[in-house]
Amino acid sequence: MNNCTERIYNGLVKENPTFVLMLGMCPTLAVTTSAINGVGMGLSTTVVLVLSNMLISMLRKIIPDSVRMPAFIVVVASFVTIVQFLLEGFVPSLYASLGIYIPLIVVNCIILGRAESYASKNPVLPSIFDGIGMGLGFTVGLAAIGIVREVIGTGAIFGRQLLPLADAAAGKGGYVPVTIFILPPGAFLVLAFLVALQNKVRSNAAKKGKKVPEATGCGEGCASCGNSACGGKVFPTGNEE
Amino acid sequence: MKELLIIAIGSALVNNVVLSQFLGICPFLGVSKKVDTAAGMGGAVVFVITIASLVTSLIYKFILMPLGFEYLQTIVFILIIAALVQFVEMFLKKAMPPLYNALGVYLPLITTNCAVLGVALTNVQKEYSILQGIINGIGTSVGFLIAIVIMAGIREKIEYNDISESFQGTPIVLVTATLMAIAFCGFSGLI
Repeated sequence: MNNCTERIYNGLVKENPTFVLMLGMCPTLAVTTSAINGVGMGLSTTVVLVLSNMLISMLRKIIPDSVRMPAFIVVVASFVTIVQFLLEGFVPSLYASLGIYIPLIVVNCIILGRAESYASKNPVLPSIFDGIGMGLGFTVGLAAIGIVREVIGTGAIFGRQLLPLADAAAGKGGYVPVTIFILPPGAFLVLAFLVALQNKVRSNAAKKGKKVPEATGCGEGCASCGNSACGGKVFPTGNEE
Repeated sequence: MKELLIIAIGSALVNNVVLSQFLGICPFLGVSKKVDTAAGMGGAVVFVITIASLVTSLIYKFILMPLGFEYLQTIVFILIIAALVQFVEMFLKKAMPPLYNALGVYLPLITTNCAVLGVALTNVQKEYSILQGIINGIGTSVGFLIAIVIMAGIREKIEYNDISESFQGTPIVLVTATLMAIAFCGFSGLI
């Protein structure tokens, strides 16, 4: 059981997908216009991640090594489809606001990355907890960015008004929302400051001689996120070494 | 004709794939250090997205829809795109070596580029016809090409600037992207 709590700590703190590894940047930027969207996206990804980690770990001795990428993709895409239908049926408002980014969970680097680097090499139970840890880490990351953007952009948090808004017509002073933070440019700006902060922490840690895991997300080629072993080739061509 | 033009301009400028839909952020940040490589990557994306949007709309219209298998779209599209990219790479290597030399190294990087899957899914979601789907694909990918080439041009210049230590690398690129996104917001009145 110790191993399992270690996996959750690893996903939430040590290798947090948003703040440390910088994985899955597309949804991070796109859906964090409000805290609730961030949490919704994070939890949907968590569900897919836990289920796909579980199934891939169960099948790890059956799937031949040469076709593992297509097999992983089919598993992940099936679970994404299931989650998409569940959201459409039970939480239509969230489904509408996340839109196309739900099916795009398939190409989220975190999921294929964990399948390749953890679930395909480890037993079922640790893989499930690895999924839970990574998923919650991603959810916390998205929620944090969502809260920052929502508070600055609208003065609200989870849809509740936090800062009283200024009303020029009534001559009432108050908070003037910086609308650009909930528009696309705001996403880039918040992420820029986040990465700058991360650089600062990293260089401080390096001075003290501590090791921080490298950001693998959008480095040089993203070729891609965990499946660099096969150079981006999903189907076997017969001339891999 | 007018309708197709609106789709093309809308997907290339107004809803720019990188700067307002956030698809394909990885290559946008990773391969935008030099204008040459950025143009190569952009060219490869135009090539793949155009073919992928044609093939996915054909398969959706003529295989998935008649059989009532629409719910399989995500699984089918991602596998088609992955296979297609590899096939295109092999074909170019054999048949058109000059083009392969220009685009080849970027092709494998596109497999999991979410822009490709994003275009295929948007075509289905907006119920575009096959021709409209292809135009949407071309528009989207040209938008990607414009964004990545502009970004590479700016990055070549800011290389020589004195940037504070924490902002070196990715953060300053993201700040640049912020300003570009603000500029692209100006296109929103276009259609």
